[in-house]
Amino acid sequence: MPTKIEKDAISGTDTTGHEWDGLKELNTPLPRWWLYTFYATIVFAAVWVVLYPAIPIRGLTGVLGYTAREAGTAELAEARTRAEPMMARLRAATPAQIAADPDLRAYAIAGGRVAFANNCAACHGAGGQGATGGYPTLADDDWLWGGTLDAIRTTITHGIRSPDDEEARTSVMPRFLGDGMLTRPQIHDVAQHVLGLSGLATDQAAAQRGAAVFAENCVSCHGDQGEGNAELGAARLNDRIWLNGPDTRAIEAFIANPRLGVMPAFGQRLDAATINMLAVYVHSLGGGR
Amino acid sequence: MSHMGTVEPEQPSLYADRPRIYPRAVSGRVRRVKWAVLCLLLGIYYLVPWLRWDRGPGAPDQAVLVDMGHARLFFFWIELWPQEVYFLTGILVLAAIGLFAATSLFGRVWCGFTCPQTVWTDLFMWVERRIEGDRNARMKLDAQPMSARKFRLKAAKHAAWLFIAAATGGAWIMYFVDAPSFVRDIFTGGVSLQAWFFFALFTATTYVLAGFAREQVCTYMCPWPRFQGAMLDDQSYVVTYRPWRGEPRGKAKADNVGDCVDCAACVHVCPTGIDIRDGQQLECIGCGLCVDACNDIMRKLHRPEGLIAFETLSNLAASTAATQSMPACAARVDVGMQARRVPKLIRSRTVLYAAVLGLVTAIMLVAFLMRENVSLSVLRDRAPLFVRLSDGGIRNAYTIKLSNKEREVVRYALVADGPAGLQLVVQSAEQDAQGRPLLTTRPDGITEWRVLLTAPPRLALGQSVPVTFRLMDASGRVAARHESVFLGPER
Repeated sequence: MPTKIEKDAISGTDTTGHEWDGLKELNTPLPRWWLYTFYATIVFAAVWVVLYPAIPIRGLTGVLGYTAREAGTAELAEARTRAEPMMARLRAATPAQIAADPDLRAYAIAGGRVAFANNCAACHGAGGQGATGGYPTLADDDWLWGGTLDAIRTTITHGIRSPDDEEARTSVMPRFLGDGMLTRPQIHDVAQHVLGLSGLATDQAAAQRGAAVFAENCVSCHGDQGEGNAELGAARLNDRIWLNGPDTRAIEAFIANPRLGVMPAFGQRLDAATINMLAVYVHSLGGGR
Repeated sequence: MSHMGTVEPEQPSLYADRPRIYPRAVSGRVRRVKWAVLCLLLGIYYLVPWLRWDRGPGAPDQAVLVDMGHARLFFFWIELWPQEVYFLTGILVLAAIGLFAATSLFGRVWCGFTCPQTVWTDLFMWVERRIEGDRNARMKLDAQPMSARKFRLKAAKHAAWLFIAAATGGAWIMYFVDAPSFVRDIFTGGVSLQAWFFFALFTATTYVLAGFAREQVCTYMCPWPRFQGAMLDDQSYVVTYRPWRGEPRGKAKADNVGDCVDCAACVHVCPTGIDIRDGQQLECIGCGLCVDACNDIMRKLHRPEGLIAFETLSNLAASTAATQSMPACAARVDVGMQARRVPKLIRSRTVLYAAVLGLVTAIMLVAFLMRENVSLSVLRDRAPLFVRLSDGGIRNAYTIKLSNKEREVVRYALVADGPAGLQLVVQSAEQDAQGRPLLTTRPDGITEWRVLLTAPPRLALGQSVPVTFRLMDASGRVAARHESVFLGPER
């Protein structure tokens, strides 16, 4: 309680009557309208609570029936509607037509980048950098199943060795050791020959012996000089790109018991426009033919 | 000795009622300057959106326009993109330092003459005076019970205020949309909900702040009066009463009294309702209307003008010291005025403000003059850092973005300066006669290209070598350049 209201002789202002160890506070009150603006904010809050969901109790949704989830869903639907004319064009066009049209191409690469991050990057890495051990790099110039826009689209649509798509790209490399077709020394020799195709052999004698084994068992798919065959998904062996690394043991292990990669058929998950965007994006990563 | 006089203890109110202020009309030098400034500033504000500036087809022809939808700011021949918003920041920095400098030299000139709150309040008070009459008539009108005449006057005043407020809110919108089409759309109903919202918001704030809140804005809401004391010193001009000349107050014909006749003219004209004779106060906006009012009285009394004046505190102290032992007489005024000195304009704080002002101006000017209409940015791919090709070569990929601020298509050849032998390919680009990739830009926009740089197998490069991309126009001039690197495996 204030005890003694005094008038300060210098400022002519009353004190509040409070005193702390001899210090007295001048009473310089706020204007009353300031108080009313405070009341106005309380009224605003009360109206808000009635109109919008403000109390976290089930059923108290507010008179307007607003929910953030519905608003978000509506915004998403609106964004889809906005994008639909472009998506219709992307659906109707071939990847080659998309790549030739600057507007479509820019849209497809931007959209393909997002779709790639969502669907492809888990195995192929960000930017298609790939991973040793069976996940091909998509930014280089070597393609197991072909690097043209149409070949890329086919691979994405139907997948590779995907069990639920009849048109999936499929080929089988025999388990040369597991099926008893070659012995361990023969596998060692042919692995040296394969390394020799790129000038990387460490055991020249073994490489020479392996040539005969290679001619008998491998050329039908991988070609005379190991040039590969994209029709069969047979890897090119005479270059500097190795799916499992230029490593003698990795090559021997692969010949003995190949671990063949599987890729899902994305035609069952994504619509045609998205697949077209992905094909154009992957083609633009650097290795497209 | 105590400064306190005891009164009856009672619970003091926590909230103050606002005293009604009825400023009286005044004429004089300061008032004329204020009218001129008001006309100039309001003229600029209301008319600038109507200025046209031909930018060719496809571009807005409004001289000053903030085009939010297309993210462009137009100012006569200048067109700014969002990434150049630092020019706006620079102008705001200059405005702030300019305000500091002006305040330390001339006191509260911003508050008293140019602040929108002061200018619009002045305009609203003028309207009020034209409709309801001057101070005494208004006080009488407010004291009356409601009558047909009072209702008519009040309705006319508020209608006029609302009209000005709507014009102010509308003019604000016109800085963001095309002015003629906005005015047409108001009458044909084509205005967006967003535009209506801001139109209504600025109309309401103008009406409330200039019509009702007035000096309360300066006293309670504005932070500037609270800290501008830091810019002032005893060499700054402030509006002040000269007590050495005015005191002791008394009737004009009395003996041994000062020049102040206690007529309260200075109090009656004050838009913030204070008494300048109480000394420096937070509420004083330095408008100087009390100077005019007092000079008018002094002229009528055949006494020298300047009992209230724009004066420095240093001169005030000098005059006070010189006349301390003098009785009130005409000679006292002369002695006091002779004790004054020309205020020092060059002081450490004004030099500092001028230096910062000059520095920022120089930086902004250089940045503006160096501004190019085309700019190149190069983003190196981070994943993968580099790609090994089937022949053993190494390839790096870059995304380049070409910002073209011209409103026409421009073509540039792209060159990569680096180790000899690097091969440059730009996806889906044409080539010029020399086999260089030719980039065709989008008018008034950004074009993106994917660039591949390949080192053949025999080219032994380090882990990281610098590469500079250059844009060459048809005449061989370098239009833009950007530094980057070419990465490869460890050797």
